[in-house]
Amino acid sequence: MNRRAEQQQPKGYEKAETQWHDDYRRDIGDAQPVHNRSGVPIEPLYGPSTDPGAAHLEHLGLPGQLPYTRGIYPTMHRGQTWSQRQLIGHGTPAEYNERVLKMIDAGTTAISLIPCNSVYRGNDCDEIPLPLLGTCGTVVNTAEHMDHALSQVDIAAISTAMNDPSPFTLLSFVLNVADRRAVPWQQISGTSNQSDYLSHFIANHMFFRLSLEGARRVLLDHIAFCRERVPNWNPLSVVGQHMQQAGATPAQAMGFTLCSALQYGRDCLQRGLDPDDFLPRFTFFFDISMSLFEEVAKFRAGRRLWARLTLEQLGATTDRARRFKFHGQTSGADLTRQQPLNNIARVTTQAIAGILGGLQSLHTDAFDEVINVPNEDPARIAVATQNILREEAGLCDVIDPLGGSWYVENLTDEMEKTIVAVIDTVENAGGMYAAAESGLVQRMIGESALAWQDRIDTGDQKIVGVNCYRVPEEKDNHAVPPTVRPAKDKMQAHVDQLRRFKTDRSQAAVQQSLTALARAANSTDDNVFARVVEATAAGVTHGEVIACLRQELGFGQPLIVD
Amino acid sequence: MNTQTPYRVLVTKVGLDGHDRGSRIVAAYLRDAGMEVVYTPPWQSVDQVVRLANDEDVDLVGVSSLSTDHLIVPDLMQALRKAALEHVPVVVGGIVPDTEHALLFDAGVSAIFGPGTARDTIVNTVRQLAAAARDALENPFT
Repeated sequence: MNRRAEQQQPKGYEKAETQWHDDYRRDIGDAQPVHNRSGVPIEPLYGPSTDPGAAHLEHLGLPGQLPYTRGIYPTMHRGQTWSQRQLIGHGTPAEYNERVLKMIDAGTTAISLIPCNSVYRGNDCDEIPLPLLGTCGTVVNTAEHMDHALSQVDIAAISTAMNDPSPFTLLSFVLNVADRRAVPWQQISGTSNQSDYLSHFIANHMFFRLSLEGARRVLLDHIAFCRERVPNWNPLSVVGQHMQQAGATPAQAMGFTLCSALQYGRDCLQRGLDPDDFLPRFTFFFDISMSLFEEVAKFRAGRRLWARLTLEQLGATTDRARRFKFHGQTSGADLTRQQPLNNIARVTTQAIAGILGGLQSLHTDAFDEVINVPNEDPARIAVATQNILREEAGLCDVIDPLGGSWYVENLTDEMEKTIVAVIDTVENAGGMYAAAESGLVQRMIGESALAWQDRIDTGDQKIVGVNCYRVPEEKDNHAVPPTVRPAKDKMQAHVDQLRRFKTDRSQAAVQQSLTALARAANSTDDNVFARVVEATAAGVTHGEVIACLRQELGFGQPLIVD
Repeated sequence: MNTQTPYRVLVTKVGLDGHDRGSRIVAAYLRDAGMEVVYTPPWQSVDQVVRLANDEDVDLVGVSSLSTDHLIVPDLMQALRKAALEHVPVVVGGIVPDTEHALLFDAGVSAIFGPGTARDTIVNTVRQLAAAARDALENPFT
């Protein structure tokens, strides 16, 4: 560093710096040292001594060039801005379809489907109390339901992101719909979000889980199947978002996520898959907190580390296989119930951090997300926030605009060191699978969550409206529109329809498919996901697929750690 | 107030959702405040919560909800009454839309803690409710 610093520093710099330092010490008094959320100490000023100087090329590279610190594509947001991928899902498939067609009319080229919590939990709608159905996502249990949900949607042209945990019944339904519409599977594109079962075991208990071992098996079958038969589908999205929302620091979330990706990569290698083929289909999904510079540095360091790890640990040989493609979502946990309109400012700040960090796809939270499932107006403002940042703020004019900032380059290096320490901890514990099984990662996240809450409780960390700048209760919350719940009669009709469907279908075909599925689960060479696709084509429902695999492969209880 | 044995509190999640950051933090708050916390994983059914409340002899039940599971808390209140546990106060924490507070209070919920509720508010309210419930049980005629 010092040698570099000498090259960089203009004449007289040292004297000027000493002068500033003395003035600063005199005026600042005994202010407490500052640390970011990841625990990296933050200096009051950064100067040329942290400039990478001659190491610039190998350390940063240019956009689209290894190690991708400055971005994974030569054009970044100048060429193509991020995809605006808002999560949607509500009510019955027909209600979802109405909303999605409106979005497509408005120019959307990428859609998402969030299923109802009952789907996440592995149930069909006829097994669940009516008030809980369709409140947070769409109730999709069969290929028929998916056909309704995607009615008049050109599935060969539009990219579809499914929140579709193992055993991936939603993709299975889409492939069934493709067959019905004579669309070749090669034309189906999109992503299996929530395919990262390790993140669910560790940090998010929203999803039904097979036993760890079963989940590992089914994911590998799914990846192998998609690489062979659905080549434009991303079968894996590695998720850091759950961990950060559960309380992991930004550096921990990045470190754990890279460890998960390494685990999946190694599992694919062991399966005999080619890293240059599967790695370009790995995508990442991260939380973006309020800590703006820290988030930018997190993403820059993550890109650099993944470029290295894919080469050193997974044997990637093409540049494409080493690109770190990621979707970002603004942090719901940073939003406040108090003075909810303030959340628009928070979401804007977080979105800026993600954009400056070089993301490929973005979801901005609605300001009322901390109160209910977003209403129409808040959801519109969330989309408008992205549009304003893209069209008015000039954020896309320059690639990696914070690159070369003494602070940001230094912070990127420091975050990288902190992330590497996290990776080392997990790798020394036997890798992410073993670390999830033992509860190590859960414990680390729990400790960070408590430490953060403690900072808020003690007032060390100020949160506007929560522990400072409060307003009286009666002056608060007027901006929040009332909660809209799905129409009960429509949902009841949907449940009745599923019951009729179950009675009317060919029971022999259902039994045969379930037998084949169970046999595949107990074999070592049959592909479980291929049998799921056959089963749902024969009318087997989501809940029945899960019940069968749960029976054969076991259920993954959450590990509760103190 | 009976201060000889610490209050026992069940911290749980009913229904379908699994976001447990809130329930874990509140469990730690109550433990730090000297209470005994019976903590469950998410996804409990109403019947499981009733059984635990009974078997563990708790002074209070805390239900955490993030995505609409609070809508089955009225069912829980009814099931507690049926099991002759109506003396056990129930508090709900998490995301409950303002327009649905009445639904829970009418069903007999004692308190709702929204996001950002101060630690002291939670701890003190839980302690007071648990103390009142225990007093009522131990001295039914005073």
